Amino acid sequence: MLWLDAIDVWRGPSQVLRQVSLRVEAGEIVTLLGANGAGKTSTLLTVSGHLRPRAGRARLAAAGREADLARLAPPQIVAAGVAHCPEGRQVFGGMTVLENLRLGAFLRRDGEERADIDRMMGLFPILRERSSGLAGQLSGGEQMMLAMARALMSRPRLLLLDEPSLGLAPQMVERIFDVITRIRDTGTTVLLVEQNAAMALEIADRAYVLESGEIQLSGPAATLVDDPRVQEAYLGVLPAPAEPGPADGRLS
Amino acid sequence: MSGAYVLQQLVNGLVLGSLYALVAVGFSMIYGIVRLINFAHGDVMMVGAFSAYAILTAFGLPLWSAVLAVLTLGAVLAMLIDAVAFRPQRGAPQVNGFITSLGVAILMQNLAILTLSGQPRPFNVPGWLKENIGFMGARMTVLDAAIVLVTLAVLGALVVFVKRSRAGLAMRATAENPLAASLMGIRINRAVATAFGLGGALAGLAGLLWGARAGQIDPLMGFLPGLKAFVAAVIGGVGSLPGAVLGGFVVGFAEVLFVGLLPPLYGAYRDAFVFGLLIVILLVLPNGLLGRSVEDRA
Ligand SMILES: Nc1ncnc2c1ncn2[C@@H]1O[C@H](COP(=O)(O)OP(=O)(O)OP(=O)(O)O)[C@@H](O)[C@H]1O
Ligand SMILES: [Mg+2]
Repeated sequence: MLWLDAIDVWRGPSQVLRQVSLRVEAGEIVTLLGANGAGKTSTLLTVSGHLRPRAGRARLAAAGREADLARLAPPQIVAAGVAHCPEGRQVFGGMTVLENLRLGAFLRRDGEERADIDRMMGLFPILRERSSGLAGQLSGGEQMMLAMARALMSRPRLLLLDEPSLGLAPQMVERIFDVITRIRDTGTTVLLVEQNAAMALEIADRAYVLESGEIQLSGPAATLVDDPRVQEAYLGVLPAPAEPGPADGRLS
Repeated sequence: MSGAYVLQQLVNGLVLGSLYALVAVGFSMIYGIVRLINFAHGDVMMVGAFSAYAILTAFGLPLWSAVLAVLTLGAVLAMLIDAVAFRPQRGAPQVNGFITSLGVAILMQNLAILTLSGQPRPFNVPGWLKENIGFMGARMTVLDAAIVLVTLAVLGALVVFVKRSRAGLAMRATAENPLAASLMGIRINRAVATAFGLGGALAGLAGLLWGARAGQIDPLMGFLPGLKAFVAAVIGGVGSLPGAVLGGFVVGFAEVLFVGLLPPLYGAYRDAFVFGLLIVILLVLPNGLLGRSVEDRA
């Protein structure tokens, strides 16, 4: 569905992605992990056409055809079935919940937008309750649900999610991850950027670890969970001491 | 000072305020979507006035064709200015756009002086527009009434367009968050062009109405109204459409009352008074009358 092939991306004077290769197959949840500033958001922005690779190839299988992402403008990428739910939710705070959902379907003219808005309100009942309220007055968790619903309104085949759990209470995080799994089960492929590596690896099929703009590790999620490097850096597991004790006289 | 005199000043303020509101709304819309302080906006009004002059006086065509022409020309001109001067530097610091707009304004004024001469020209309108229909004893011409009614009708149509149409939705989304709008599949350049086009159409129309009321036009006629529309937009809360309309009327009334109610000696200070008013209002309400703080919108 999506192939990044050794792409280099620059933002202003600095290179933020180096030779990044990554693939997402239809029906998968793929997660992209990494510390702050690793380049996760930049990767997603490249896929949605807001950053352009300076080298390498980025391809998208869209409607049975393969398209070169470099040739598509952002609206064409949306039309090709990619929805990007951005970091920090970015709902239209001065507009109503309903208008936000309508904007999610901006490019659609199939006449089923109304029905989909209804479906979204079934998926996230709070949105129905607050449908004529301003999006900016929703809580952080509610805004996240709106942002996801808005992204789904384009009927994407590939959904890009950038840190959906950021700043949310544990219960809300559970719900969001539950919804992500359901989204995949209804046929939408997911590329999930997360700092909550434990949860992400739990629901993902495969994972990539990005460090300073380079892919350091990749593989099935189940394998990466057990990788000591992942455990140490992202799962908060302390490394097993190589030799026992404070014999060397230093505190670690 | 009689009641009739005050009423007369109020009528004058209403008419002048309408004209400012027409220009201020476009100014505010453009600021709202690209954070650009567009000093060339008043000069679109000037071009509108000269186009109307050509159509009415030189070609002798009917009034309605002049109205259609200024709406169209104003829109096209503003979109052209955007595409040529502002779009290439989108994303640059705000001051770049500000300076560019000053450059465009000076260029337009001087091109107009070069090609049309700096001499004011009489702007004649059909006689029936000058008939006095009166308003509760105050003098009010057909033209005055038309200015107020046309302004209200056009602003009403604008509100419906911005609130209800797909292009209006795209415009509002882009004004609020360009990246998020782009993620929805909205073409940012097109949404920005819509704002320039609508603003330009209103400015063109204001040019026709202004010329008709003043009875003469000249290449620099857009400068002060443009500046006062800026004041009106800021007073109302820049980026807010109702705010711009309200600001336009506040400036119009304030100016007329200042001139009308104080001894004639002070009349020459009307512009200074308008800018003084701006300073006072901003000291009390930093975001203008109806504006939200910039932080809220980020
Ligand atoms: N607008 C920008 N202009 C220039 N450089 C930027 C910009 N935004 C981010 N960067 C830089 O690009 C690099 C990658 O940033 P990116 O936002 O992709 O990281 P991230 O992995 O998403 O981080 P986080 O977990 O904090 O969201 C960082 O070094 C960052 O400083
Ligand atoms: Mg990020």
